[in-house]
Amino acid sequence: MDKHEYIINTVDLTKKFGSFVANDKLTFSVKKGEIFGFLGANGAGKTTAMKIMCGLSKPTSGHVNVAGYDIYTETEKIKKNIGYMSQKFSLYEDLTVYENIRFYGGIYGMSRKNIRQKAENLLTKMEIKKYRNNLIASLPLGWKQKLAFLIAIIHEPQIVFLDEPTGGVDPITRRQFWDLIYEASHNGITVFVTTHYMDEAEYCDRISIMVDGKIVALDSPENLINKYNSKNMDDVFVKLARNPSVKL
Amino acid sequence: MRTILFILQKEFLQIFRNKTMIPIIFVVPVIQLIVLVHAATLEVKNIEMIVIDKNLSQTSRKLISKFEGSPFFKVKAATFSMEEAYNKITNDEATVLLVIPEDFENRLISEGKSNIQISINAINGMVAGLSNAYASSIITDFNKEIIPDIVTIPDKSLLAIKNINITNSYWYNPDLNYKNFMVPGILVLLVTIIGLFLSSMNVVREKEIGTIEQINVTPIKKYQFIIGKLLPFLAIALFDLAFGLSIGKLLFDIPIVGSLWLVFGMTIVYLLVVLGVGLFISTLTNTQQQAMFISFFFMIVFIMMSGLFTPIESMPDWAIEFDRINPLVYFMRIMRMILLKGSMFNDIKADFYSLLIFAFISLGLATWRYRKVA
Repeated sequence: MDKHEYIINTVDLTKKFGSFVANDKLTFSVKKGEIFGFLGANGAGKTTAMKIMCGLSKPTSGHVNVAGYDIYTETEKIKKNIGYMSQKFSLYEDLTVYENIRFYGGIYGMSRKNIRQKAENLLTKMEIKKYRNNLIASLPLGWKQKLAFLIAIIHEPQIVFLDEPTGGVDPITRRQFWDLIYEASHNGITVFVTTHYMDEAEYCDRISIMVDGKIVALDSPENLINKYNSKNMDDVFVKLARNPSVKL
Repeated sequence: MRTILFILQKEFLQIFRNKTMIPIIFVVPVIQLIVLVHAATLEVKNIEMIVIDKNLSQTSRKLISKFEGSPFFKVKAATFSMEEAYNKITNDEATVLLVIPEDFENRLISEGKSNIQISINAINGMVAGLSNAYASSIITDFNKEIIPDIVTIPDKSLLAIKNINITNSYWYNPDLNYKNFMVPGILVLLVTIIGLFLSSMNVVREKEIGTIEQINVTPIKKYQFIIGKLLPFLAIALFDLAFGLSIGKLLFDIPIVGSLWLVFGMTIVYLLVVLGVGLFISTLTNTQQQAMFISFFFMIVFIMMSGLFTPIESMPDWAIEFDRINPLVYFMRIMRMILLKGSMFNDIKADFYSLLIFAFISLGLATWRYRKVA
């Protein structure tokens, strides 16, 4: 495959906190338009790597290129082209649904007209038009999460980074959330998502599994399941996480 | 520019949606002006006094009535028992004891001089010092008026005293109204508190709730963010200054001799210093609690040393040196000069430049420390 079809390229990405190695020589590429799952147990280093790719922190060493820009020198350009939904819920609880949309649209440089249009579409899509002037604080968690995702891609970025976006929500809402992810992907947005729900991993085009700061497997879910003679991703994960030295 | 407008819109929405904000904006100035101006007075009046007049002469009575006639002393009791008098001082019923000896009048007449004894409870050093000064001035007065009339020995030097007359005229505050001095100082306190607390709590709040991370992944520029965060509090503090000035004028009738434009212009520069410090604290801390404690600590130090409650001139040398980096000192001087003396820009230039330097430093630090990282 041609190199320019990859939208994220990392080579030997390493991040150390003192003597602790959070990310150990990560090398992987993400294709344009795919849904890339970034799996790992808690503390495996997923969030650390994601923050580096979003320009929120600098790697200790290694090369990272996101959307064609270098992570060391062009973070501000990267930020124009990505969306990010953090583990911590990041909408303003004391602002209304519409005010949140307007604010985030505004700081991404969208015109007021454009913002109004987008907001209209978004509210219709989520079927929450009548809640447009409700405070975020008054909405159920599942709605908030979906809204946070749609706001993270309101400026139509090339890539959206999702850090455990479905933590703490019910299975139905998770399913709806993934419908939104598919839609975004369908519209050409590359989705980079971390999760530790293995059923969700199976929704991804390709996944990488991280254990103790290292990537121990990277392939499509079907291939991984076959490779490790497992019934499902859950099995694969348990095998790898228990014994990272299992290699094929 | 558009980005800043969006941030401002969001900040104002949040500020006015916060239920504690409106009370803070309106109640703080009212309480500070009404309570502090009265409570934090350095005036000493009605010092309670006990008199032991062993002489009981016409002259001794004249002396006592001189004390009684002054607004500073209140003769609380007269007694002949030294023990009773000391008890009253010990029990805090009186601060000053005046003892006039038996031969007071006789010695005055025969020798041209006499002694009296004044004992002052000096637990509160300031009150004691002032009591002493007031008492001395009353006795000097008494000397001038009375001695030449009753002294029989012609003494040229005594008569000479009468020829030197000191007339006081108090500039810029002719009635020695303490409130005129306090109100500008309290206004400085007001904009400092509003500016420092609100700004130091603000960014750290976004850290606490996690939204700062979302902001940091946007292409927002540092200066846009900082301006967006500063302007709302600048506006609120200026509003509070206007509100406070109105209260000062209506309630205390403080003089506003100088230009209000100059007052507000200088306040803007001063607020840049304060807000910069607030934002700097905000970038250093991770929780609102930490931010609160640090702001509180600095605030107390700077206010106590600002000369609002105690004169800087009577502080030790190191404290006077320290006050060179205390922006409150500069701004308080500017406010008093404009409000009470009607100073023009030229008169306060030096202090203005100092504030400007402080503003550059504090905003510089805040911008430098604020990093768009997680």
